[in-house]
Amino acid sequence: MSVTPLTAKQLTRKIIEKEALFILDVRNEDAYSDWKIEGEKVTSINIPYFDLLDGVEEVIKKLPADVPVVVVCAKEGSSIMIADMLAEEGQDVSYLQGGMKAWSEHLEPIKVGNLNDGGEIYQFVRIGKGCLSYMVVSQDEAALIDATRMTDVYIDFAAALGVKIKHVLDTHLHADHISGGLKIAQATGGTYWLPPKDAENVPFSYEPLEEGKNLSIGNTTISIQPLYSPGHTIGSTSFIVDQSFLLSGDILFVDSIGRPDLAGLAEDWVGDLRETLYSRYKALSSELIVLPAHFMIMDELNNDGSVSASLGDLFEHNHGLNIDNEEEFRKKVTAHLPPQPNAYQEIRELNMGKIQKDSEEQREMEIGPNRCAIR
Amino acid sequence: MNVTKVLDAKGLACPMPIVKTKKAMAELNSGEVLEIHATDKGAKSDLAAWSASGGHELIDSKEENDVLKFWVKKG
Repeated sequence: MSVTPLTAKQLTRKIIEKEALFILDVRNEDAYSDWKIEGEKVTSINIPYFDLLDGVEEVIKKLPADVPVVVVCAKEGSSIMIADMLAEEGQDVSYLQGGMKAWSEHLEPIKVGNLNDGGEIYQFVRIGKGCLSYMVVSQDEAALIDATRMTDVYIDFAAALGVKIKHVLDTHLHADHISGGLKIAQATGGTYWLPPKDAENVPFSYEPLEEGKNLSIGNTTISIQPLYSPGHTIGSTSFIVDQSFLLSGDILFVDSIGRPDLAGLAEDWVGDLRETLYSRYKALSSELIVLPAHFMIMDELNNDGSVSASLGDLFEHNHGLNIDNEEEFRKKVTAHLPPQPNAYQEIRELNMGKIQKDSEEQREMEIGPNRCAIR
Repeated sequence: MNVTKVLDAKGLACPMPIVKTKKAMAELNSGEVLEIHATDKGAKSDLAAWSASGGHELIDSKEENDVLKFWVKKG
């Protein structure tokens, strides 16, 4: 029987297309319980590879006959070994190429809308980690929002579209993942924009994002309106693109809201968070399509794999937008916070340019789920 | 610490450090200590989990000049 490599992209497509899959995850139990591959039709079990060194006969009994089996580990080495052992016992099997490392880094670009005069907006779904970034395109120019450290993906994508990256923006100082914004701006000659309140004393130069100071791309101008929306961080800024899309950063998600504690100031910022969600966002058109910087669960994915919902829908269905009592809201967002993301303090310092890490260290820092929300 | 055997697993990627450790361990008697040198970062959590699952005791571990060192007492 044969062993087939499966790329992170192929696996992503299978999950988006809701193909049934059986995952044998051979990482150790802690790693699996912290973070694993999920999907509507995905079933997974966890047996550490070191418990299978003496043979896989017992495992084969647990594998379904009619569903493709994918072996997954941290970097791929162990999954190849176990897949080979399974194949020797007569099992058709594939393994995830590059393991969870590749899974964490894969970005799937999905077009989420058309803009004026032929403009387009793309969402880059980092399916393994739940991060969402965006490219807004108009004529021969592009703006990039909340880019990850996989900078080549955006640069290559822009090149394939034949557009020049003119603006690179971060909605806030990220604590869950490493921003590629500055690096991309430097590589493409674009301008890097940050909310000034999140960027105090950074050692690099940037343009401050300020409400009322619109950015544009293309000759006919797709406008990008910064909207000050503190709460997740003090500087958090949303963008209204082409009067149709609300890029909400880590303030509002499809099925949850942002957490105010990752800079250590939950009590101070909870008031800002409420003000942003219940007043500032409330005043906007309910027809705006909300494009957040994260998703938390696979249920948040639309049928095409993208993540979005109208602001009106969210005011109806998102629990975090429907807590009338201010005291209850305060409790909700400060008392029962989920665990903080891996290495979030260091990630903040790295994004502020205060420390430097090589690419292997950056990869390690980002391992695991993002945990930026409160459900 | 009384080390019975030293295993050099430097430069090996997962799963080899554990595969070699398991083999080396099989040659030891209960209560004897195996010292393992590895460079694969994943060895840290995997050796701890493997030791626990196999009934061995991870007595100590440290990092010296990018080399991870482990001491495992056979259970």
